[in-house]
Amino acid sequence: MRYSVFSLLSQGLRGNTGWKPAWRQPAPKNQYDIIIIGGGGHGLATAYYLAKLHKRASIAVLEKGWIGGGNVGRNTTIIRSNYMLPPNTHFYEHSLKLWEGLEQDLNFNAMVSQRGVLNLFHSDPQRDAFARRGNAMRLAGVDAELLDAKQVKQLIPVIDIDNARFPIEGGLFQPRGGTVRHDAVAWGYARGADALGVDIIQNCEVTGLDIEGGSVHGVHTTRGDIRAERVGIAVAGHTSVLAQMAGIELPVESHVLQAFVSEGIKPMLDTVVTFGAGHFYVSQSDKGGLVFGGDLDRYNSYAQRGNLPTAQNVLTEAVAVLPAVARLRLLRQWGGIMDMSYDGSPFICKTPVKGLYLNGGWCYGGFKATPASGWCFAHTIANDKAHDLNAHFTIDRFERGHVIDEKGAGPFPWAQ
Amino acid sequence: MHRIKCPFCGERDESEYIYQGDASVSHPPFDASIGDFYRYVYVRDNPKGWHREWWHHVGGCRMWVQVARNTLTHEIYATAPAGGVLDFPEDA
Repeated sequence: MRYSVFSLLSQGLRGNTGWKPAWRQPAPKNQYDIIIIGGGGHGLATAYYLAKLHKRASIAVLEKGWIGGGNVGRNTTIIRSNYMLPPNTHFYEHSLKLWEGLEQDLNFNAMVSQRGVLNLFHSDPQRDAFARRGNAMRLAGVDAELLDAKQVKQLIPVIDIDNARFPIEGGLFQPRGGTVRHDAVAWGYARGADALGVDIIQNCEVTGLDIEGGSVHGVHTTRGDIRAERVGIAVAGHTSVLAQMAGIELPVESHVLQAFVSEGIKPMLDTVVTFGAGHFYVSQSDKGGLVFGGDLDRYNSYAQRGNLPTAQNVLTEAVAVLPAVARLRLLRQWGGIMDMSYDGSPFICKTPVKGLYLNGGWCYGGFKATPASGWCFAHTIANDKAHDLNAHFTIDRFERGHVIDEKGAGPFPWAQ
Repeated sequence: MHRIKCPFCGERDESEYIYQGDASVSHPPFDASIGDFYRYVYVRDNPKGWHREWWHHVGGCRMWVQVARNTLTHEIYATAPAGGVLDFPEDA
């Protein structure tokens, strides 16, 4: 069913009795042309763009839990393309362009809100670094504006410009950045893929890969064996677990990242703000809650929960930027598992196993990449060759010395 | 909150420590191949379960401590000084 004002009106007049489920619940078949492991944002987007490219292929998405239950429902919903290194700048800008047309493409309201992303700087050297990044972005055709302290105060009246320890000198603003309703991204892609014939199979955990003679021939799952000559892995957070089944060594560690939502309040923040003297990012949801997060807990973890010292650190940063939030109550707090790669950049590539493709290593930045990640991964699987946009996101870049180290943090995944 | 037993100072909060990564890797000989050095710097088992790791007791005695910790439950099995032998669960 196509969603429109007319379908809404006619359903309203009929007591909303005619709505159909947005996707089917098919049983797994014995064989598919292509299997995508992981029904998160990236897996579903991959299936959607694959089905668009390859109209005749039979495609399945295997999800161990339920759609929207993993990191696509656990992030802080921010989208942006303010990267400096060319492979990142072009890739994330492609993603932002796909976000801009996403709702029309999917016929689904994902509440894409280009409210702007402001990165604050607090010193002269940081201003220079941000100006350099802004210039690199503008050279690549991405929007960026360097604001001084007065302009920042105008944009966000509640901000503490004169913080005694970290006074705000200005910010790098990307007006086209913003937020997206994350659950709707999962649902929209799932509905779109399903309409194109993709089988989305939930509660189906992959327990092994059928690899013989250096090629993949299928997967073993909790719902039986399924054959396929092409298999894509998109399980960020658990990529090491899947890679181990294929005997692939990876420069990845899994770490927990916490996120927080405050009680709902009246509108006070109409843009996304990041604190430059630490690591803190905040926006206000349409429901009124402040949605924010900070650093990793900084130890290997597969537990989807963090610990108090990090929470305390994040909340301290919140009060440093926006003193007015000091007496707000916290409504919810949770954790998600990040695939931390050793340079902070992702993998969308072929693997040493023929027919097996890898999408992972997303670190903090997976959500904003969802459309381009799916788009590039679909291209890579369909053509057995990377697109120019993801040609640099390989596993072997570390051994070749071609790391894409945006932050310059060195080979410590928890420091990316 | 992890409570990590420092072999020198006793049980302390995790906020006294800095995490320093996987303790199961060791520096290859200087004439080892590029591949060996690549694996030493970059490749990790990243287990979902028991993990040998380094914690630096930077807010205490400043010694490096080996810790056997579960990455799924955050349970700590044992700790040992840097040169010591770390007790490790048998099923891991």
